[in-house]
Amino acid sequence: MREIIRMILILAILTTFSGGLLAAIRGGTKEKIENQQLQFVKGPAIKAILEGASNDPIVDRFKLMDGDVERSFFVGVFDGKANAVALESFGKGYGGDVGVMVGINVDDGKLLGAGVTTHAETPGMGAKAKEDPGFVSQFKGVPIQESYKVTKDGGKIDAISGATITSRAVAAGVTDVAGIYNRLKPQVSEKIKEFNK
Amino acid sequence: MAKTIVQEFTKGLWDEIPPFRLVLGLCPTLAVTKSVENGIGMGLATTFVLLGSNILVSALRNVIPSKVRIACYIVIIATFVTVVELLMQAYTYPLFLTLGIFIPLIVVNCIVLGRAEAFASKNGIAKSMADGLGIGIGFTLALASLGAVREVLGAGTILGIPVFGPSFEPFKFMVEAPGAFVSLGLMLAIMNLAGKK
Repeated sequence: MREIIRMILILAILTTFSGGLLAAIRGGTKEKIENQQLQFVKGPAIKAILEGASNDPIVDRFKLMDGDVERSFFVGVFDGKANAVALESFGKGYGGDVGVMVGINVDDGKLLGAGVTTHAETPGMGAKAKEDPGFVSQFKGVPIQESYKVTKDGGKIDAISGATITSRAVAAGVTDVAGIYNRLKPQVSEKIKEFNK
Repeated sequence: MAKTIVQEFTKGLWDEIPPFRLVLGLCPTLAVTKSVENGIGMGLATTFVLLGSNILVSALRNVIPSKVRIACYIVIIATFVTVVELLMQAYTYPLFLTLGIFIPLIVVNCIVLGRAEAFASKNGIAKSMADGLGIGIGFTLALASLGAVREVLGAGTILGIPVFGPSFEPFKFMVEAPGAFVSLGLMLAIMNLAGKK
């Protein structure tokens, strides 16, 4: 009996220390990791969508609360006027969540473009959503609307052949972004003015 | 026959160099040695885990009950692996992306658990440190040399710098999975010949 208690006690102490240590390190590196992800994962997509912006959208960003969720907005300055935002949302793909970054022109309410950020789709099939710019370019210049659908579901987006689920995920991500933007529109247009230079 | 601390350190570099002599830890050896850089990154991450887990296991060797020792070792090793994972995400994000799943898999790398069970649980802290450091650096050297062979032949570069002229046609086979087996086999043969008395 004493032996069992000793085993339980030692394992418990060990795991407690381990948990505490990891929590401390996670807390210390959280911000750094977020910056790294912005730079290496979301950065390329943001830069591609807000191409030609005179600022660095990764630096010029703000956060807004959407219900209980915090959303990051990346600001693009064109011709000296901050009139574009990019934000990310997710759609359910074949291998988990597909992250979609979408740029919106605040002035005319049209999409500036979309790009896939994180995904675990099949290489050569769904992964094309990220590699092939032809697919995401279909979102460019489209006005913000209630929902985006692939042609199979009665929409206007041509799915990648062999990757309907991934294409649906991207469309769902863009739909979600449009929803967030419509909900937060007043706050976004308020915040974005701070970036006018 | 008691060995000195220096001997405990140097044995990991030649006599017991994993993967060539101990033939342990082959999974990361085969998977990440596409380039020298990956090999060194993986090796150093493993060295850190080995060093940390050896020190802690050795320090706690009289406290840990033998019936739950493996569970305790795994907790210690997993903690260090998670620390490495977080630090790599924070400071060397591109390397973290290429090594991907193989960083968390250090937990089940039999070198780490093997050294904890076979060495650190029976020896003092100083010797265990020397052992962990030696084996870790040996592992790093082995991965780097295997990575060098594969990178030079398979991509014509070393650490990303081209070594042959533009007329060199990369031997693609070497950077793919079968090339890993072939080059590891050849390295093992050379090591055995060199170590023959």
